[in-house]
Amino acid sequence: MTLSEKFDVWRSKMPYQAGSLALVGILTSAALALANQATEKPIADSLQKDLKVSLAQVLPVGSFDNDLAGTTVKHQGRTVYLAKKGGKLTGAVFETSSKGYSGSINVVMAVDPQGKVLGVRVLSHTETPGLGDKIETQKSDWIKSFIGKTLPGAKWAVKKDGGEFDQFAGATITPRAVVKAVHEGLQWYVQENAAILKEEK
Amino acid sequence: MDGEHKTNRYVGIFRDGIWNQNIIFSQTVALCPAMAVTSSATNGLGMGLATTAVLTAANVLISFIRKGVSNEVRIPVFIAFIATLVTLVDMAMNAWAHDLYKVLGLFIALIVVNCAILGRAEAFASREKPLAALVDGIGMGLGFTLALTTIGAIREVLGTGMLFQQAHLFFGPGAKWLEQTVFPGYGGMLMWILPPGGFMVMGMLLAAKRVIETQRSRRPAVNAQVVHC
Repeated sequence: MTLSEKFDVWRSKMPYQAGSLALVGILTSAALALANQATEKPIADSLQKDLKVSLAQVLPVGSFDNDLAGTTVKHQGRTVYLAKKGGKLTGAVFETSSKGYSGSINVVMAVDPQGKVLGVRVLSHTETPGLGDKIETQKSDWIKSFIGKTLPGAKWAVKKDGGEFDQFAGATITPRAVVKAVHEGLQWYVQENAAILKEEK
Repeated sequence: MDGEHKTNRYVGIFRDGIWNQNIIFSQTVALCPAMAVTSSATNGLGMGLATTAVLTAANVLISFIRKGVSNEVRIPVFIAFIATLVTLVDMAMNAWAHDLYKVLGLFIALIVVNCAILGRAEAFASREKPLAALVDGIGMGLGFTLALTTIGAIREVLGTGMLFQQAHLFFGPGAKWLEQTVFPGYGGMLMWILPPGGFMVMGMLLAAKRVIETQRSRRPAVNAQVVHC
């Protein structure tokens, strides 16, 4: 019997099969664990950078001069970033989310002290490419329709539901979810406004 | 002689991937990601290229280990390798090509469930040498890319009157020229972007491929008759 014939016999036996399967399991999970360790920090860094960029995007240019990421208040489990100009509060930025068509949509929004929306951006989502992704600024200006809206001054729903925000052709659930997220975020802020400011001092 | 024979074989493998055994139009597998992302030509192209990369890597990897894998446990072994590979690509892109990841990230998770990759591992890479598996991976991947881009382009033109929208998000500002308005002032016809449009375009293209193939196989037969006369 040659070596390769011996190997063929050995390979068809149960211990080899179980052993090789176990080896593959160990190898692949080791590779994943290593990769996770190597990428964890860069991924967290990029997300932090994305957050900073988004924070600056939702606020009007020149409306703040402080370090946003450094001026935070934790209130009811939410981190609120306070934008200030000359020591005076000009806006509060926080994240909110709701369930979209496939998975949750995370948005960051800025509200001024009078309860007016300054800006909204989507941080992450897993909506259908080509349909639901029009909530990204890169693909459409839709998300800018929230600017200037106030709680009593706007009908907080998509047009199909009798509100004032456009839905997209073929995708109603996604914009409906974003409207809901922003609406809830605004309600929360208006209600908790005073408490947040108190916590800051 | 042998070298030429080998080259011919690789050309044959490549041609099988692009046309004769095209993943979408001949094997009709991997239709789930195909229908899901082909709402525009750009998405089709992006998904196709990402899949090509994973398919080629998986093919070569599996071809290298093929002798050590016993027949009875081959499927779990292949699945473990493919899923790991896709996850590694996903994590690496997220960490070091974050801007590209933000655009392509939606598709990468879909590659794991692409049965064509396991299909090629099973039908080809587990029986052939690494070089042949590499050619097969590239051929099958490009055939898949071609199919997705074609379906996406037809759906996009019929649905919106435009072609390769947002190509610059995937391929940089240099790809701006790809973005064309085919029918200016076209109001759009949503059905083609939605799933029914995908199935219809797919069906028509399948039929078209059949017609071309039938005509091709008929022609030599006619010639043969002439020779006989």
